[in-house]
Amino acid sequence: MKKLINAVDDVVREQLEGMASAHSDLLKVHFDPNYVYRADAPVAGKVAIISGGGSGHEPMHGGFVGMGMLHAACPGEVFTSPTPDQMYEAAKAVDSGAGVLFIVKNYTGDVLNFETAAELAFADGIRVQNILIDDDVAVKDSLYTAGRRGVGTTVLVEKIVGAAAEAGYSLDACADLCRRVNQYGRSMGMALTSCTVPAAGKPTFELGDAEMEIGIGIHGEPGQKRMPMSTADEIAEMMALEILDDPAYSRTVREWDNDAGSWVDKFLVDEPFQAGDQVIAFVNSMGGTPVSELYAIYRKLAQVCADKGVTIVRNLIGPYITSLEMQGCSITLLKADAEILKLWDAPVNTPGLRWGI
Amino acid sequence: MSVTRDQIVQWLENLAAVLSENKEYLTQLDSAIGDADHGINMTRGFNKVMEKLPGVADKDIGNILKTTGMTLISSVGGASGPLYGTFFMRSGMAVGAKETLNREDLYELLKAGVDGIVQRGRPVLADKTMYDAWAPALEALRSALDAGMETLPALSQAVAAAETGMKNTIPLQARKGRASYLGERSIGHQDPGATSSYLMLKSLLDTLQPA
Ligand SMILES: Nc1ncnc2c1ncn2[C@@H]1O[C@H](COP(=O)(O)OP(=O)(O)O)[C@@H](O)[C@H]1O
Ligand SMILES: [Mg+2]
Repeated sequence: MKKLINAVDDVVREQLEGMASAHSDLLKVHFDPNYVYRADAPVAGKVAIISGGGSGHEPMHGGFVGMGMLHAACPGEVFTSPTPDQMYEAAKAVDSGAGVLFIVKNYTGDVLNFETAAELAFADGIRVQNILIDDDVAVKDSLYTAGRRGVGTTVLVEKIVGAAAEAGYSLDACADLCRRVNQYGRSMGMALTSCTVPAAGKPTFELGDAEMEIGIGIHGEPGQKRMPMSTADEIAEMMALEILDDPAYSRTVREWDNDAGSWVDKFLVDEPFQAGDQVIAFVNSMGGTPVSELYAIYRKLAQVCADKGVTIVRNLIGPYITSLEMQGCSITLLKADAEILKLWDAPVNTPGLRWGI
Repeated sequence: MSVTRDQIVQWLENLAAVLSENKEYLTQLDSAIGDADHGINMTRGFNKVMEKLPGVADKDIGNILKTTGMTLISSVGGASGPLYGTFFMRSGMAVGAKETLNREDLYELLKAGVDGIVQRGRPVLADKTMYDAWAPALEALRSALDAGMETLPALSQAVAAAETGMKNTIPLQARKGRASYLGERSIGHQDPGATSSYLMLKSLLDTLQPA
């Protein structure tokens, strides 16, 4: 293992200390329990948006804390979900009284830890909503798996819902928007190489020089299938078609009901893309793939979308939701209506995303 | 025989040592069908429990177990953190202020813990999770106690059942947790959580068994 670290046990803490000193104008970091929060939190009258997950996906989520995006982010150990005390303390720190929305990527660990935190926050008198992001089309069924994983759409959701909170949306309106944006988004990822969790010291899986892994998540977990390496065009087309041709997807999610004070099951169906749709296209690097290669992927993605009658109206290209030093990429397409586009274009000022200011 | 508070404390200490000895092994099992952190998560959690234990070692058994649960919830992360955390919280609530446990108390302790896992994670049998070790173990313990067996022989039947349950996860396709994303590729690997659960029960038996 060859990494720019001091001691394995200090990786997450030192990264947070670095963030705090680099971005003191935007954010602060609380230690024990660890959370990153907006320097001006709580923001009076505004719903607080909180996300979190394992570390190793930077800039997500800590790098998205700031005006127009997240109010707090709770980083776990590398690739390990954060613990409930982090989200609970973060919620107390940033809640202005307007309530807290947890944006949770659908991984069992994240789900169980956020659910526990939501129960704690609610018991403390905080109104809370807990919305899952589950956009990974590599997972086909929700009956025999833990359901689709939360991947690229998470970044877009955090931007859009963060703008809504800034614009004064209520907690329930933020939750409804968050659920809808998630249902409009679909992603697919692939890996050219594995990655090494510092505490593990060796690559999570082995991938031969002539192979690639398709349908990878963001935690170095093995993907769905292994294939011989191929060209950028073939890879981009294969991923784009998986997304564009993905049929309706249904599953039951658990959400918090503030009136009943308990969890309720909701049955949700995501409709497939159609000719005539306008989309935000997001081409993401897993960490080790250079931006130049992302543009090669985008080039083909744009052609495939055009062939399908789908119009790309905004794009985001770069490393935003990564898997440490893994080489590979993911594609996310998000159907965008006028409201979503307006919120996408709204000003944002975070270490990871900044425009309109 | 009855189980004393000191034996419960001893169990937790032994368990911490066993998990740390098996850190690499559990992590390696998790790297085959997960994200290569289960041993790391469990060791981090039980190291924290070891820091907290001296402060509560003279309290009642319920208090000791609840402290263990809270500590695991706030230090393990992953799926196993809330699951094992809930296990110990619930088992602590079930035994309450007792300072010794008879064999029925011991059953209630384990039963309440496993019910907690089921409520949090909603696993069913053969999902290829830790529940696949616990469910047959509880069943074996129940029938051994009903047959009038003493604590130790009954518990060793439970451990044998947990071991079988753990090994039976190998041919299963995972339907819960990270491993479920692998589909058929999860077949042929032993579940890391079922393995740590087996170690948990085994170290309870080893603690109670006179050397
Ligand atoms: N829904 C669930 N119910 C019960 N046990 C589960 C569930 N999901 C996962 N597990 C258990 O958790 C173990 C994985 O724990 P760990 O690796 O620490 O967490 P993570 O999967 O979040 O990395 C699995 O081996 C399995 O036994
Ligand atoms: Mg794991």
